Amino acid sequence: MKREPLLAALGAFALIACAWAVPWLKFILTIALAKGIAVLGILLLLRAGQVSFGHSMFLALGAYTVAFMAPTEPEVLLLLPAAALVATGFGLVIGLFLVRYRDIFFGMLNLAFAMVLYSLLEKLYAITKGTDGIRVAGLTFAGTQPERPVQEWVMFGIALGLAILFGLLVSVYLASPMGRALAGIKTRETRLEFMGVPARRVLLFAYVLSALMGGVGGALVAMTTRHVTPQIAYWTASGELVFIAILGGAGSALGPFLGATAFELVRVYAAAAVAEAWQMILGAVLLVVILFAPGGVWGLLSRRWRA
Amino acid sequence: MTEAVTRRAALLGAGATAGSLLLAGGGAQAQGKPSELRVGITTFLSGSASVFGVPAKQMAELLFEEINKAGGIGGVPVRPFFVDEAPGTDHLVGEFRRLVQNEGVQIVFASISSGSCLACTPLSDEMKKTTLLWDCGTQRIFEEAPHPYAFRTQGYGTPEVLAPLLYLLKHKPDFRTLAVINQDYAWGRDSWELWKAGMDAMKPGVRVVAEMFPRFGATDYSTEVTRLLAARPDVILSTSWGGDLVTLLRQSAERRLFERSTFVLPIAEASMQILGRTMQPGHIIGARGDHWNNHPSPKDPARLKRFVDLYRSKYNEYPIYPCHHMAQAISAMQAAYAKAIAAKGGGWPNDQELANAFRGLTFDSPTSSITLREDGQGLEDQIVGLSSFNQQYPFAVPKDMILFPAAMVSTPVGQKSVDWLKSLKPDFLNQVPAPIAG
Repeated sequence: MKREPLLAALGAFALIACAWAVPWLKFILTIALAKGIAVLGILLLLRAGQVSFGHSMFLALGAYTVAFMAPTEPEVLLLLPAAALVATGFGLVIGLFLVRYRDIFFGMLNLAFAMVLYSLLEKLYAITKGTDGIRVAGLTFAGTQPERPVQEWVMFGIALGLAILFGLLVSVYLASPMGRALAGIKTRETRLEFMGVPARRVLLFAYVLSALMGGVGGALVAMTTRHVTPQIAYWTASGELVFIAILGGAGSALGPFLGATAFELVRVYAAAAVAEAWQMILGAVLLVVILFAPGGVWGLLSRRWRA
Repeated sequence: MTEAVTRRAALLGAGATAGSLLLAGGGAQAQGKPSELRVGITTFLSGSASVFGVPAKQMAELLFEEINKAGGIGGVPVRPFFVDEAPGTDHLVGEFRRLVQNEGVQIVFASISSGSCLACTPLSDEMKKTTLLWDCGTQRIFEEAPHPYAFRTQGYGTPEVLAPLLYLLKHKPDFRTLAVINQDYAWGRDSWELWKAGMDAMKPGVRVVAEMFPRFGATDYSTEVTRLLAARPDVILSTSWGGDLVTLLRQSAERRLFERSTFVLPIAEASMQILGRTMQPGHIIGARGDHWNNHPSPKDPARLKRFVDLYRSKYNEYPIYPCHHMAQAISAMQAAYAKAIAAKGGGWPNDQELANAFRGLTFDSPTSSITLREDGQGLEDQIVGLSSFNQQYPFAVPKDMILFPAAMVSTPVGQKSVDWLKSLKPDFLNQVPAPIAG
């Protein structure tokens, strides 16, 4: 357990070094960190044995909150909490209903909600500009409007800071009784109830926390790409998050960030190398991970240690 | 155990260093002539829109090969970097940055999708990198904000909708009812808004009996066809394209919808080869420009023939309009570099000088010539005609063609398309030229 903070620090350092050495990667890494934060939420649910195939709806909520609010309120320090609040509120409302279901029903109902949101974003053309999407207006950081290179660094810094913050939060949470109870849902729920732990409430808490992180991740994606389309709520985007969770490994709070960085880098280099067949490379990578490293990138690293 | 950590740290460090060394290469740009002219091209290489994207890519490769055989641009060989648009906007804006900051491209051809163009154009402002919008149609780009580094080397939504509308008003002036069936996404909605504004201004009182927006990529139109059969509109408008249009027309043909209503299909050209004889004669078809295979009076007939033969000899198909739009972007690039190099007395232009060369540029397309306006919008003539069959082609081509000069059907600089279309008067029709022989 002591190695995790060390590895996290090393990872953060490597990211900064990478962003410094290769300027254009800063953008990719910021996106990776943002998605990593969202995948942390998937990881919580995976601990309880539940897979959400609609988690991208929280990203979309966060991203569209930023896109809609930015013209009137361009302050990043206000937009981030606002996006988190919207996603959390929504997560709480539908979570109350969703935590009654398990397994395939849980996954499919999440998918259904996400697709409803996707359709609304696409069909309400007058409000959301349909698939063209909305361009995020110029943002201010604590009242200042820095130049583009500085702004890229600021966004990267914010994403890294939030990633560390949420990573710590999730490790503390997973070590707490509430977090341990998640594993109980996975193995046998009745035992939890016998012990006097309300399983639904445990799952609801995890669900709302995951919605919060999804919202923050989505807000960061919107602030970085500066353009939001309904694609972010589509089921393939949710699938991508689950993909990242598997790629990174569910063993640690570091997993999602390892997975997200690996995913974005593989995607961007595969796309650069073979523009027509990058999906195939991505698929092959996932197959290799599932076949030879079921614990994901994290599993590979931690196994190395123990050896 | 401590040994393991240091080994990993060393590995990570080594990896990071090696990676950055590998990556850092392309960023630097020589002051003089570069060793190659790198061109970033975003297009659909996967997904349903690749029926447009892939032929354009193939055309680009053929033309780049030709340019390099002839000694490149200003003596510098050109090299394309293709990027797939299909994964979505956040991926694409990352790829745009990679092209500019890592591959060191000197010019970018951006996007088939209007959504992609709307995302890439502001990036061109930020990164001060000349960007040619080579195929997207949204009128919003230059009407909502100025973009000093972006140029559209082809027409756009407004002329591409207005020209078929004017043709319809000339060809069938007494129609009373109309139905629309467009794809449910930005282009389908925008083009309907443009059409409706123009139609209500020039021919008020047309009753719209059905407004249908089936899902993008739908495979079954039986309900829509049934409703159209029941509503019996005089005219059916559809700005659909690609596989969607092919499916819609096949299912309409099976149920004889063509016999009841006149179709207006502004983007039909790219689907005619696939449809073959399934397409019915006597319906209004457009091409998002003047690039028909049977263009009756191209500026340089030999050039058009060479262009068509170049593609046919390799792929055994006629080039479709995205091939032409790609060729237009490449031709514009050649002309702009020639202009910029001449202006600098033989020196290689920087980003600003290159962008300056594009403003007001006139360049040749395979069929005619196109001028870029002061706002960056290209003026591409539109040819609309009635579908017909002849001995030469195994698919429908237009007859009774009308060539609409671009300046006539494009929104004047500084105005919004919908407002301008609403301001049109019925006597605007008097400006429509007579059909050209062919």
